[in-house]
Amino acid sequence: MNVVTPPEKLTPKDFATDQEVRWCPGCGDYAILKGVQKTLADIGARPENTVFVSGIGCAARFPYYVKTYGFHTIHGRAPAFATGLKLANPNLDIWVVSGDGDALSIGGNHLFHLLRRNVDLQFLLFNNEIYGLTKGQYSPTSRQGTRSPSTPWGSLDNPASATVFAIGAGARFIARGIDSNQKHLPGVLARAHAHKGTSFVEIFQNCKVYNDGVFENFTGRDVASDRQIYVEHGKPLIFGKDGEKGLRLNTQTLALEAVVIGENGVNETDILVHDETNRMIATLLAHMEPPAMPVALGVLYCAPGQSYDEEVTDLVHSHTPAEKPDFNKLLRAGRTWTVD
Amino acid sequence: MSNTALAEKTSDPSHRETVESAVVRFAGDSGDGMQLTGGQFTLATAFAGNDLSTFPDFPAEIRAPAGTTFGVSSFQINFGSRVIKTAGDAFDMLIAMNPAALKVELHGLKQGGVIIADTGSFGERDLRKAGYDANPLEDGSLDGYHLVALDISKLTMEAVKDTGLSKQEALRCKNMWTLGFVYWMYGRDRKPTADWLIAKFGKRPDVAAANVAAMDAGHTVAETMELPDGVHGFHVDAADIAPGTYRTVTGAEALAWGLAAGTHLADIKMVFASYPITPASQLLHSLSKMIDHNVVTFQAEDEIAAACAAIGASFGGSLGVTSSSGPGIALKTEAIGLAISTELPLIIVNSQRAGPSTGMPTKTEQSDLYQAVLGRNADSPLCVLAARSPADCFEVAIEAVRIAIKYMTPVFILTDGYIGNAAEPWSIPDINDYAKIPVNFRTDPDGFHPFLRDDDTLARVWAVPGTPGLEHRIGGIERDYDSGNISYDPDNHQKMTDTRFAKIEGITKDIPAQGVEDGNTSGKLAVVGWGSTYGPISRAVANLQAEGLDVSHIHIRHLWPFPENLGGLLKGFEQVLVPEMNHGQLVNVLRAEYLVPAEGLNKVSGQPFKITEIEDAIRARLES
Repeated sequence: MNVVTPPEKLTPKDFATDQEVRWCPGCGDYAILKGVQKTLADIGARPENTVFVSGIGCAARFPYYVKTYGFHTIHGRAPAFATGLKLANPNLDIWVVSGDGDALSIGGNHLFHLLRRNVDLQFLLFNNEIYGLTKGQYSPTSRQGTRSPSTPWGSLDNPASATVFAIGAGARFIARGIDSNQKHLPGVLARAHAHKGTSFVEIFQNCKVYNDGVFENFTGRDVASDRQIYVEHGKPLIFGKDGEKGLRLNTQTLALEAVVIGENGVNETDILVHDETNRMIATLLAHMEPPAMPVALGVLYCAPGQSYDEEVTDLVHSHTPAEKPDFNKLLRAGRTWTVD
Repeated sequence: MSNTALAEKTSDPSHRETVESAVVRFAGDSGDGMQLTGGQFTLATAFAGNDLSTFPDFPAEIRAPAGTTFGVSSFQINFGSRVIKTAGDAFDMLIAMNPAALKVELHGLKQGGVIIADTGSFGERDLRKAGYDANPLEDGSLDGYHLVALDISKLTMEAVKDTGLSKQEALRCKNMWTLGFVYWMYGRDRKPTADWLIAKFGKRPDVAAANVAAMDAGHTVAETMELPDGVHGFHVDAADIAPGTYRTVTGAEALAWGLAAGTHLADIKMVFASYPITPASQLLHSLSKMIDHNVVTFQAEDEIAAACAAIGASFGGSLGVTSSSGPGIALKTEAIGLAISTELPLIIVNSQRAGPSTGMPTKTEQSDLYQAVLGRNADSPLCVLAARSPADCFEVAIEAVRIAIKYMTPVFILTDGYIGNAAEPWSIPDINDYAKIPVNFRTDPDGFHPFLRDDDTLARVWAVPGTPGLEHRIGGIERDYDSGNISYDPDNHQKMTDTRFAKIEGITKDIPAQGVEDGNTSGKLAVVGWGSTYGPISRAVANLQAEGLDVSHIHIRHLWPFPENLGGLLKGFEQVLVPEMNHGQLVNVLRAEYLVPAEGLNKVSGQPFKITEIEDAIRARLES
C-alpha cells in the first residue's frame, strides 16, 4: 500500500498572489481578504482545487488576490458561471465573491436561483450599501434617503435585506460577519465551507470613500455590545456588555424583543435558545435592525439538504452504463431502414 | 386485425398513375394533430424508399381559437423517386380539415390539384369563423381543382363507434382516418403507423385501437369508393438512394447527435445550458435524453445564465454549449464577449426565427448573420458556421466542436426554425469514420502562464481548475501577452486585439476551400447561399442549367472566417446573386470583404424560398 504523504500545511501567505492589491486605502475588503486567506489555511484548502469566481465591482477583484484558480466574470452572473463550473467538475471547492450591487441588483435573479438550487459553494456578499466601483451611487441595500450622485435629493427605494432575501430564496446556510471582526469572521467562513450546499454569508463591509461609517450604528465601539448579538447553536441569545441582555419571543406579536435579564420579571429561562436548524428563528433574527434591536451575527441558519450538484451526480451515475456506451447504437435507436 | 393482414392490403400499383414526385400539404386546426399526421406520412414515405423533405408550418399560439385562420397548422411533404431538395413549391394535394385550412392554404395548391376536405367541418359556423360567406365546396369556386369532399367526421365516428370512446375522443381520430385515406392515394404501408399508435397509446389500448380502426376505415373508403373524375391513386417509385442504413432526422435531432458526437470524439463531457425559446427548445429536449453519453443539460433561469454556465463549464474542462434563438442570443452577447476575451471554447447554437424582437417565433428567417459575425461590443472575433439542411446539422456540429476546442474560441452554429423542424432521410454515419478531436489540457507548470499560445493555431493553453501548479486567474480585463497578468498597457492591448483576430483568421488554413456545389467555377452568374436556402437554390440552379443557362451554385458553410479562396472564386463570375431570408446580410458582408458586385435576393415572409422565385431572379439577371 502506498503511504500518502500528508500535504504540506499552508499558511495564509501561501494564498496571496504576487499581484498588487488595489483597493482604496482603508477599504474593508483588505480585512475580508485577510480573513479568507486565514480561513483557507485553517481549513487546509488545496489551491489547485479551489476556485474563486466573481462578477463585477470592487469586491469582484478578489480572485486576483487569492493564489488559487479564479474567474473574474461579468456583472451579477458569477452564480451562473459557478454553477456551470460545478457541473463540469463537482469536486472543485468554489467560492463566489460578490457585492450588494452585483448580487442583489443586476444579479438578484441568479442569486435567487443559486440559493434555491442549493449548489455546493460558498457565496460571500460584501455589503457596503453603496456602489463603489461606479463612484458612489446608492445600491439596493442603501437606506431610504441615501444621497448619492444619482440621488441628490435622497434615494426613494426601500432597501432590500440580503439575509432576509436569502431565507426567502430557500438558502440552507445563512451567516453574517463584519469585515473588521477578524476574531469572528474566519470561524464563520470555516462553517460556511463545511456546509454542503450553498452557504450564504453576508459580510458588512465599510466603504471608506463613498459610504464611510454606514454601519457605525452597530459597529461603533460605543454601541457594538448593545447592537450586536453573536448567535451560537444551542446557546441562549444573549448580548450586551456584561451579557445582561437577551432576546425573548413575544408570543403575542410573534416577534423577538430585546429584554434585560432581571428587569421587569425577565429571567434567564425566558431567553430564547438559538437553534440554527430552525428556519423561523433564523427569519426572526435576520429581520432585526438597529437601533431598536441588535444585528444578528454568526450562523443564523444551517439545515443541510442534498445539493444540486450531488443530485446531478447521482442522476448521471444512475444512468451511466457499466460499459462505455456505443455511440453508433445511439444513432441507430428508433426507426431505421436499410437500402441495399 | 393483425398487422400482417394490413401489409397485404397495400394496393396494386398497376392501377395508379406513376409520378416522379409529389407535394402533399396537410392542413387543419392546431388541435387536429396535423404535425403528427405529417410525421407518420413522412415515416411511411421513407419506408417506401422515396427521397423526401418536409416543412412543418404551425402557429405560435399553443391552441388558437378553433376554426380560425390564425390557428391553422400545416405540414408539407415533398417526396419522389428523384433527389428531393426542398419541401416543394406548389402542392399537388391539399388536405383541408376545415374551412380555415382551405382558406389559408388554397393559394399554394397547383391548378388541377386534389383537395380532400372534411364536409363535416364545413358547417355554417365553421364557414363564418373562417370568413367565408358561402360554402366553397358548393359554390363552384373550386372548379379549377379536383375536389374530394367527404364527411370525414361522420365516417370517423362510424369507424370507431364500437370502441367505447367518448364522442370527443372519437372525433380526435379523424386525422388518422384522413391519413389512411391519403395512404391509399399514394400506396403507403399502414403497418409502421399502426405499430406507432399501439406503442404511443400503450396505456390506452382503446384509443390505440380506435385510431388504427379509423386509419383502416379511411384506407378502405379510398380503395372502394368511386373517386371523382380525374382523381386516382398514385405510385411513386423508390428513389435511387445510396445503400446504407437510414432514418429520418430533423435538424434539432441531428444537431443534438452531432454535438454529442463531437464531444464523444474529443472524449470530454458536454455541459449544455439553455433556456427554453421557440424554435430552439427542441435541442434541449433531445440532449436531455443523452445523459448516458456524457452530456449534462442545465435549464438555466435565463438566457444569460445559460451562456454563463456554459462558459463556466468550459473553464472547468468540459465543452460548454448554449443554444437559443435570436432574442435569446442577444441576451447572451456580453457573456460571449467574455468567452472571446478569456479564450475559452464555447458553442452557441442559434435557431434563427423571424424578427426583430419577438417577431414571428414559429416562422423562419436567416437574419442573425450580422448578430453572429458582428453583434458584440468591441473588436470581438469568433467563428461562425451554418447548417444547410437537417442532416447537415450533424456534420456542422462536429466541425464546430473541433474548431472550438482546437482554437479555444466560441463558435456559432446558425440553423433556423425550418431546418430545426424539417425532416429528411439520413444515411446514418459510423462514428468510427470520424477523426478524433484531440484535447490537450495543460498539466506542466514549467513556464506556464494562462495566455501561453500554440505557435500554429495561436490558441491559448486550456488549463483547468484541479490541476496542481497551474493556479491562475482569468477574466474580462485585458491581460499581458507575456504573463497573463492584468494589463492596461496601450501597446499590449493592440497586440492582444491583433492576436485575437489573427487566431480566428488562421482558421481559414484549417477549413476546406470553398467548392462549387453545382456548375462551373467561373462564368456568368454565381448564386451564393448559406443555411437553409440550400434546397431551393440547388434545385433552381439545376433546373436552369438543364435549360442551358450559365449559372453556378456556391453554398457557404464557414461564414466566418470565410474559406481562403472565396474572394477569388467570386471574382471569376460576372454576376453574384445572394438569395437570403433577410434584408441583405451575407450579400453586404461579401461586398465589404471582397468588393464584389454581389446583389441580394431577399425574402422575409417567414416562408422558405420557392424554387420558382430563385429561378425567376436568375433568369432576370441572365436575360437582361
